[in-house]
Amino acid sequence: MTELGLRFFLSLTQIAVVVVIVIVTVLILTLAERKVLGWMQDRMGPMEVGPYGILQPFADAIKLFFKEDIVPAGANKFLFTAAPLLALIPAFIGFAVIPWGPDWTVEFNGTIIKPFVISDINIGILYILAFASLGAYGIILGGWASNSKYSLLGGLRSAAQVISYELNVGLAIIGVIILAGSLSLVKITNAQSGWFWHWYLFAFPAPQIFAFVVYVISSVAETNRVPFDLPEAESELVAGFFTEYSGLRFAFFYLAEYANMILVSCIAAAMFLGGWNAPYPGTIFDLLGLPSLAWIENTMWFAAKTYFFLFLFFWLRATLPRLRYDQLMRFGWKVMLPIALANIVVTSIAVYLFPNS
Amino acid sequence: MAQLVFGYFAGVIAVTAMLVVALRNPVYSVLCLLIMFFHVAGLYVTLHAEFLAAVQLIVYAGAILVLYLFVVMLLNAKQDDRYHRQWRVAGFVCVPLLLELLVLFAGGKMEPSPLFSADQAGPGTDNARAIGLTLFSTYLFPFEVASLILLVAMIGAIVLAKRDIGGSGA
Repeated sequence: MTELGLRFFLSLTQIAVVVVIVIVTVLILTLAERKVLGWMQDRMGPMEVGPYGILQPFADAIKLFFKEDIVPAGANKFLFTAAPLLALIPAFIGFAVIPWGPDWTVEFNGTIIKPFVISDINIGILYILAFASLGAYGIILGGWASNSKYSLLGGLRSAAQVISYELNVGLAIIGVIILAGSLSLVKITNAQSGWFWHWYLFAFPAPQIFAFVVYVISSVAETNRVPFDLPEAESELVAGFFTEYSGLRFAFFYLAEYANMILVSCIAAAMFLGGWNAPYPGTIFDLLGLPSLAWIENTMWFAAKTYFFLFLFFWLRATLPRLRYDQLMRFGWKVMLPIALANIVVTSIAVYLFPNS
Repeated sequence: MAQLVFGYFAGVIAVTAMLVVALRNPVYSVLCLLIMFFHVAGLYVTLHAEFLAAVQLIVYAGAILVLYLFVVMLLNAKQDDRYHRQWRVAGFVCVPLLLELLVLFAGGKMEPSPLFSADQAGPGTDNARAIGLTLFSTYLFPFEVASLILLVAMIGAIVLAKRDIGGSGA
């Protein structure tokens, strides 16, 4: 009992810490997005709440919290309530297998835990893909249950889009899995230690540059962000699948979208850019004789890589116009898919020819 | 403990599988199917087949079921259109199933299948690797045949779907 109880308690602590980190990151992102967009468009961004507008996320949260909760007439009340949760839970559940820091084990009162990953399961990346694919249900059902044409169209668009681009995400990742020989994100990250040319983006037998490009574009599409935000295209669909949502339920969809952005950024950092590994072998803290503090440096590298991708999301949003729906589909199936498939073939041949590197 | 977990998964699978055909609203049917797929994946996890569990969710819950939902929403099926007096056929099919069930209960406890026992792939082993090795060595030929059949089905679907709009030059 005590050992099971302790393990349970430690896992819960880890989960709580990760959820808090993700939510704080979402708060930062909502402000950062508006600031970055503002700067890119030669504006100031939010400036009113707090010094330099830094309390804006809290103002937004309080506003959403106290908004009237509207359920439209004719809506399917059960699904209307369930859809935001169905979108939110898969977005958060994937963080369980993300390695945030070095692959250490800590013995705590006889129980061995890994402090920087909640659960190191041997199918880590497949687990994330499995739950990421469920996020689409929240969007589709939210669109359907709202009893509104705009919502339904947004939901249907999203269904087609998510299926098409999920395929490309999965196929782009396969190259890395072939190189690493494992599905566990912890093992994949460990295999990329050393200089930065060991990262799978540049790794010797088959650099995954094309797979990386396909992954980044497809993940932008999968998270419904500009320029692939057709499910919520405001110029044609008001706000797409969450047109009818308000208050806290709207906040859930919003939170899910940002959590998904963070999740795909974490995966990109872990699979292509070496995760928590620094671009040089070892860490500076090791050289200074403080190996017990090395985790700070490693987690900071992970955060830096993740934030680079998140910045990329904002950058794309400020730069590119929205695609038309047929362009989106044609691009996904006729450009992305062949590149991803060719990458798998090339990577397999390269690994076959150079089995030891 | 293991019995309890199995009982939960099996019970939910049985109930939701029945609800899929019993519920009047097709969207609820699809959702029940989703819950069922989840619990089937749960059963795979208890058998230490994590790879199968993940693939089950990705393929069935993530792709195929979304398409079902897509179709159900697009067609907006009227609730009473779904039952075309199929109960006679259904009853006819049910009789052998019922007999099977009775035989199963009468026959006592089942022997575990010797081919895929849980002991073979313990919790520590990498079952993705094991499945890959089996699939691409022992079962290579059936695997290739299955992929060919799927390809034929895919081409067939495209040919059937294209025929309607072929005249308009699209």
